[in-house]
Amino acid sequence: MRTKQLFIVASALMVSPALLFGAGTISGKVTYTGTPAKQKAIDMSKEPSCAKQHTTPVTTETVVTGPNNVLENVVVYISAGAPDESTAPTQAVTFTQKGCQYLPHVLAMRTGQELKVVNDDQTSHNIHPLAKVNREWNKSQPPGTPPLNEKFDKEEFISVKCNVHPWMHGFFAVLKTSHYSVSGENGGFSLPNLPPGKYTVTAWQEDYGTQTQDVTITGNETKTVDFSFKAKPY
Amino acid sequence: MNAFSKRLFLNVLLAASIATPCLAQEARVGTLTGHADAGKKLYRRFCVGCHGPLGDGNGENAPWIDPKPRDFTAATFKCRSTPTGTLPTDQDLYNSVGRGFYNSNMPHWDALTDQNRIDLVAFIKTFSPRWKTEKAGDPINIPAEPAVTMQSITHGAELFQKMECWKCHGQQGRGDGPSAATLTDSKDQPIRPYNFAVGGDDSRFKCGVTNQDVYRIFMTGLDGTPMPSFADVIQPNDAWDLVHFLRTLQTNRHSKENDVLKAAGGKIPVKAADGPSGSGGQ
Repeated sequence: MRTKQLFIVASALMVSPALLFGAGTISGKVTYTGTPAKQKAIDMSKEPSCAKQHTTPVTTETVVTGPNNVLENVVVYISAGAPDESTAPTQAVTFTQKGCQYLPHVLAMRTGQELKVVNDDQTSHNIHPLAKVNREWNKSQPPGTPPLNEKFDKEEFISVKCNVHPWMHGFFAVLKTSHYSVSGENGGFSLPNLPPGKYTVTAWQEDYGTQTQDVTITGNETKTVDFSFKAKPY
Repeated sequence: MNAFSKRLFLNVLLAASIATPCLAQEARVGTLTGHADAGKKLYRRFCVGCHGPLGDGNGENAPWIDPKPRDFTAATFKCRSTPTGTLPTDQDLYNSVGRGFYNSNMPHWDALTDQNRIDLVAFIKTFSPRWKTEKAGDPINIPAEPAVTMQSITHGAELFQKMECWKCHGQQGRGDGPSAATLTDSKDQPIRPYNFAVGGDDSRFKCGVTNQDVYRIFMTGLDGTPMPSFADVIQPNDAWDLVHFLRTLQTNRHSKENDVLKAAGGKIPVKAADGPSGSGGQ
């Protein structure tokens, strides 16, 4: 009985070293000021199998906003100060092509992490990451074929497109850290499990660029950091 | 050695090391070994006008050229025997220099010797650091070509529908598919899909003339362009059937494929059961 208790305590300590020192969290919201450019309507009439999957008009997703000026699809990550993580998570991240759109529009992953690319459509797509630091490749994925398994070794924000359907556009955010978060519908993000230390937090938006802020975590606390991007009006 | 002669000696040594920067990059094809130092001189005479002194494709002729000269600093090449996303072999680059690129301003460099061409390949590899950190990919395996039959051509035609080659290349392979007008290469330059129907016996592909070359083109893809790799989704036997069908799209070219098709009445039977329009794909 006693050994069992000891075991539980020991394994709890092993699971998260951050628990030993108290785990800090950096969380906040991403918003914009000004008036963002109106997103362009997408005409999918050339691909009826995709067009019929959408009941509401589809637009580009360069800037996705929500109520109270929040910004979606912003990658917030620890760009400096995070403990060195030598191995990538074993779980794969998934990038799905559905209704001739990318789900999610911005997919964050760790360098070396497995990336699974799925085609849920009744049409052929080609997945073409326009990598500059990593290797550029371009693969066809007809309907009903198994997922592609890929990975990227170097940190880079990679623009992804499908040449067959020119409106399809997304991003792979390949990061050297597992401490990342992509802002959701409420513009919120959260970076948990941070041991005490000085961190640089970077927020990246595909059209508006990057912003950084320095944050110090001293113990078991949650620090609020908000980012505000100036909208590009064109 | 007194202080003066020591300093003189060091200065001479320094001057010598500046005067002869050594480009260590090499290239090998068969028994030939190319040296970047020798290639540099040839490059400055024959290639610099289009590909530019920095190898970035911005030579003084570049603004008037379409398609644009290759940017060697990106180390992305269309014609490879290696899988998409990998570096080409020295042989691939050597072949490209010798063959030239049909439908572009890149001539075939027959006038240069074999040694000249392999020296150029060695020099081209100095423009990107990838050649130091990465190895060329392993060339894809191309099995022996099966006989050309109507069955093979017909199956190839079905694959042309299933793989949706027509989305860019068009139903008759004229490069006029629904997506054709929107295509751009990786440098955002407009690019046209290959028009199979153009030309007669001289209608050549950029990456070669043989059936093996056609097989290789769609299996490896043309990196830096919209043409993807089909290596993961087409089986080798199916790939040969597709090659045989693609040859029939070259309607004015004499080929065994066109002979077989003509002998069978000139029409490819269309399977009614799984036509492209039935599945909602069109």
